[in-house]
Amino acid sequence: MNRSGGSPSAAANYLLCTNCRKVLRKDKRIRVSQPLTRGPSAFIPENEVVQANTVDERTNFLVEEYSTSGRLDNITQVMSLHTQYLESFLRSQFYMLRMDGPLPLPYRHYIAIMAAARHQCSYLINMHVDEFLKTGGIAEWLNGLEYVPQRLRNLNEINKLLAHRPWLITKEHIQTLVKTGENNWSLPELVHAVVLLAHYHALASFVFGSGINPERDPDISNGLRLISVNNFCVCDLANDNNIENASLTASSFGIVDSLSELEALMDRMKRLQEEREDEEASQEEMTTRFEKEKKESLFVVSGDTFHSIPHSDFEDDMIITSDVSRYIEDPGFGYEDFARRGEEHLPTFRAQDYTWENHGFSLVNRLYSDIGHLLDEKFRMVYNLTYNTMATHEDVDTTTLRRALFNYVHCMFGIRYDDYDYGEVNQLLERSLKVYIKTVTCYPERTTKRMYDSYWRQFKHSEKVHVNLLLMEARMQAELLYALRAITRHLT
Amino acid sequence: MEKMSRVTTALSGSALTGRTMHCHLDAPANAISVCRDAAQVVVAGRSIFKIYAIEEEQFVEKLNLRVGRKPSLNLSCADVVWHQMDENLLATAATNGVVVTWNLGRPSRNKQDQLFTEHKRTVNKVCFHPTEAHVLLSGSQDGFMKCFDLRRKDSVSTFSGQSESVRDVQFSIRDYFTFASTFENGNVQLWDIRRPDRCERMFTAHNGPVFCCDWHPEDRGWLATGGRDKMVKVWDMTTHRAKEMHCVQTIASVARVKWRPECRHHLATCSMMVDHNIYVWDVRRPFVPAAMFEEHRDVTTGIAWRHPHDPSFLLSGSKDSTLCQHLFRDASQPVERANPEGLCYGLFGDLAFAAKESLVATESGRKPYGGDRRHPIFFKRKLDPAEPFSGLASSALSVFETELGGGSMSWFVDTAERYALAGRPLAELCDHNAKVARELGRNQVAQTWTMLRIIYCSPGLVPSTNLNHSMGKGSSCGLPLMNSFNLKDMGPGLGSETRLDRSKGDTRSDTVLLDSSATLITNEDNEETEGSDVPADYLLGDVEGEEDELYPLDPEHVHPEEPEYVLPQEAFPLRHEIVDTPSGPEHLQDKADSPHVSGSEADTASLVPVDSSFSLLSVSHALYDNRLPPDFFSVLVRDMLRFYAEQGDVQMAVSVLIVLGERVRKDIDEQTQEHWYTSYIDLLQRFCLWNVSNEVVKLSTSRSISCLNQASTTLHVNCSHCKRPMSSRGWVCDRCHRCASMCAVCHHVVKGLFVWCQGCSHGGHLQHIMKWLEGSSQCPAGCGHLCEYS
Repeated sequence: MNRSGGSPSAAANYLLCTNCRKVLRKDKRIRVSQPLTRGPSAFIPENEVVQANTVDERTNFLVEEYSTSGRLDNITQVMSLHTQYLESFLRSQFYMLRMDGPLPLPYRHYIAIMAAARHQCSYLINMHVDEFLKTGGIAEWLNGLEYVPQRLRNLNEINKLLAHRPWLITKEHIQTLVKTGENNWSLPELVHAVVLLAHYHALASFVFGSGINPERDPDISNGLRLISVNNFCVCDLANDNNIENASLTASSFGIVDSLSELEALMDRMKRLQEEREDEEASQEEMTTRFEKEKKESLFVVSGDTFHSIPHSDFEDDMIITSDVSRYIEDPGFGYEDFARRGEEHLPTFRAQDYTWENHGFSLVNRLYSDIGHLLDEKFRMVYNLTYNTMATHEDVDTTTLRRALFNYVHCMFGIRYDDYDYGEVNQLLERSLKVYIKTVTCYPERTTKRMYDSYWRQFKHSEKVHVNLLLMEARMQAELLYALRAITRHLT
Repeated sequence: MEKMSRVTTALSGSALTGRTMHCHLDAPANAISVCRDAAQVVVAGRSIFKIYAIEEEQFVEKLNLRVGRKPSLNLSCADVVWHQMDENLLATAATNGVVVTWNLGRPSRNKQDQLFTEHKRTVNKVCFHPTEAHVLLSGSQDGFMKCFDLRRKDSVSTFSGQSESVRDVQFSIRDYFTFASTFENGNVQLWDIRRPDRCERMFTAHNGPVFCCDWHPEDRGWLATGGRDKMVKVWDMTTHRAKEMHCVQTIASVARVKWRPECRHHLATCSMMVDHNIYVWDVRRPFVPAAMFEEHRDVTTGIAWRHPHDPSFLLSGSKDSTLCQHLFRDASQPVERANPEGLCYGLFGDLAFAAKESLVATESGRKPYGGDRRHPIFFKRKLDPAEPFSGLASSALSVFETELGGGSMSWFVDTAERYALAGRPLAELCDHNAKVARELGRNQVAQTWTMLRIIYCSPGLVPSTNLNHSMGKGSSCGLPLMNSFNLKDMGPGLGSETRLDRSKGDTRSDTVLLDSSATLITNEDNEETEGSDVPADYLLGDVEGEEDELYPLDPEHVHPEEPEYVLPQEAFPLRHEIVDTPSGPEHLQDKADSPHVSGSEADTASLVPVDSSFSLLSVSHALYDNRLPPDFFSVLVRDMLRFYAEQGDVQMAVSVLIVLGERVRKDIDEQTQEHWYTSYIDLLQRFCLWNVSNEVVKLSTSRSISCLNQASTTLHVNCSHCKRPMSSRGWVCDRCHRCASMCAVCHHVVKGLFVWCQGCSHGGHLQHIMKWLEGSSQCPAGCGHLCEYS
């Protein structure tokens, strides 16, 4: 879904999604009410998060230790549903923002702003505008990219590619950045910047995917910098089926007996875990499955009613709020399916040829010491995190499911694992979930509450947050792998 | 590279011959393995699987095992191994988790023998049993190791590491039933092939994944492991606990490690990232590789010694799509390029310097730098033939001691403390500083200050005709300085004799510290000449030269009667020196040490004719009617500052820089200033002159210097209950969850300024306490103490 802050009359404080605007256009009498939701997330009922929070001393401790803002922000609150993970998340974030590193503090926040702006994530932008000023950044920079040093502006290209089509990054991009000259980047600086960019792109996915609300009391001091208050259109929040969405709900999701749905999923997981040998798929078959999954991911969203809007209409709504766009160039550049570009046909990224554990880690740690360990711990943590539960069931081995999620995200970025049977993705991830994954990882700004609600209905919110964490880390790793591979190629 | 070398191995009977050579592969290699007969090598990668014959001059492709219409993932090899008993048998590990065996004896074009699809994830490593014909072991990303009997369709036993992915498995060469496996989480496990239920032993070897391991071919129980933490470690497994015997620190994560045949302590490594070279290390000498092969242009992925009993041929495959044979004799030896030199300061300012013998030998025959090297003491270490690195370890150690009197830096401390750098008019500052310098007996410096005062504070009227004149004067005020030092430094032979004694004594005491097996040769004789004779000659030369050079200078000073500056009385000594000493550039370097100023001032002075100076007294600036801008002198002042700094007296340079401020700053480039500042601040801090150093930092105009005071300005408070530092907040303790500082008046937590009584240690908000003590003299906490606020 696209949002824009265009309509000055009705939407002073919040934005409207395309659907609502259409409705508004048709019927001018419709009044839209202010969103009522409070609490950290627009998707998750407040008590779900808060309840968990009061019990948790550990979270408070972590926030005191690692938070840069010094308060429990909404992201942290939602993440605190998974305290184990939260610790490694905060620790690595704190390290890249506050600890020893090649970039000066204001730069780091400005890079975060640039990254968040690619996804029009005003939540993160606001947060880092504050921090940017607090760390002594020059206020003038906030007027837009033309006010920042050329050096910082040079990051634009890589920011753009990394956010939307990381597979296009080549060693030439790296070379132009590090080429000696007035505005060149040293490799450690560049790696720091890349880590920050990837982190904030992925975090934007999380923010939209979990429907993080704006902070309750935004600093008024620099109120003029604050962008829209809420990113979520009222129709998402109210969750009332308006004309167009009604058809969607009926057709693609239907009324399925949710319990049997869950049982069936668990059944399939068990089967996959136990008898792998029975159907011996040929290599060609495996390759086809990967290609198929790649192709299918293409239609996952575009086949959706949400986006069956004619293209021209689409473009029409592409006007991004000027507040955000001043931090980016080429705002029209967005995700394009990896599989789509038939003619050029970039080679698939073979995961085994450049893995995080073997290659990525060594490079990143060499150029920006210790961040490797922190990221490594974070990836490991999220990949292995499990409570052995699924919805109401306990003692479930969720490994296959987690792996399917992780690999599906990588698949959309063109990263292929030789040792993975992509048929599993099809069996384990239902269509509505695929829609959600695709949206959250590729164009998070279009996520709606309906998407969030429509998959895995019987699952707990904390489990859905867990899914979001997986998506976020998988995305970050994919971006890092592409960027680091380019740097490695530049070095050799 | 072109030359041929023939090496015979006693063991194989047949001679291995070859040269350093390489051949191009069609695709990047992931692993290589050598056939038993050392004549063939197999190369495997994602899209390559070929056997090459190693001929004398080249590699010849013998067989392509990648057959079939469409490349299958089963052929995308992560690892390959050639059986060491049966030359027809190979095994590969595929990235999709399949283990394939190949039988070269098969008549058909497709040599594929068996397919094991039991692993769920990528298989990282396969390994044949060294003596058993049918036993194959595999280790996979899924955390399992499987043992296959090639006569059966599926695995015989499965070993679960109970931890993360398996990176390497290796059968022990000596113990029939034992194998080692390494894991992504840093663990190494030892297994008995007969007991799949649990491992025999487990220990953590590395921080992060252990990528590889290799059993020592001869020493039973020695295992080398290499990890992502850039280390190679050698473990002794025979003891109860695995003991780390050696540790080699490399520069990149270690991808492969292989013991070198016939060389007990050598092993070869290659890295996974960034570094493309192959190193051969002597594990006892872990800092410099014994040999280095630099042929590859991308990371080396597989290494193998060509023959299990021949230490000179190494084969390697790389991501750059080449297969190489390296000859040990063609390897580059980093040791030869290294400059083994060490430098260290002792507790009392002694300086020890160790260098390669050859370097020192040439140097001691040379004439020493003037004042630079005072009495070095030489030690030469006789080589112990029993030691392994006799060729490399010969080095000489010299110890330089600081002079007793000269080492005293009290003048520096005094000057630093007493100088005034700001807060008064320039003239006063200069006068003050000149006075300080004079009182410390540093007339040179005092004179400089006075000059500065004249240049920048007096009306500065100089007739244009006199421009040259004053130029000459200005430059000479720099040069003579060092000559005055020279004289003192070269001083009487007496001094050097005492020094010599000292050095003897020291030699003796140092002998004790050295290895008793080493014989010492002290170059005391050399030293004697260095210490006394040479400077003496030098002095003579100087004196002789003086008169000649004196006159050429004179034309510029020709009219001493002509009115010039009004010079204060104190300036006279300087004038003598200007006139009397030559200005040769060679003196510059001789004069490194200003500390010796204090010495034999009187002697020097007596050498100098005094009379001519009086004529200068008549000089008066009033006679100049042209205004000469102070800018005019800036070049001179800059040169002077440079001179002082070069001489080692950064104190002077920085002080002048600060005092003159804008007047000279623009003439000296930022970097130089910064350099001076940092050196001076460093010196001040070494003498614990924190206040002065802070003042200097504050007064400095260089940006990078003034921000020194803005770094690490945080002061952490300890909790009053648990005595631990309160890291996150200053007022609440994370551990005992108590608020540390309560206000005694309002009983709230103090988050800002906290003031407390040093008598009873009660306190609170600054405002509250102030208010309280206005009305009462007793402590607000009620302890009865009579607090005072001042």
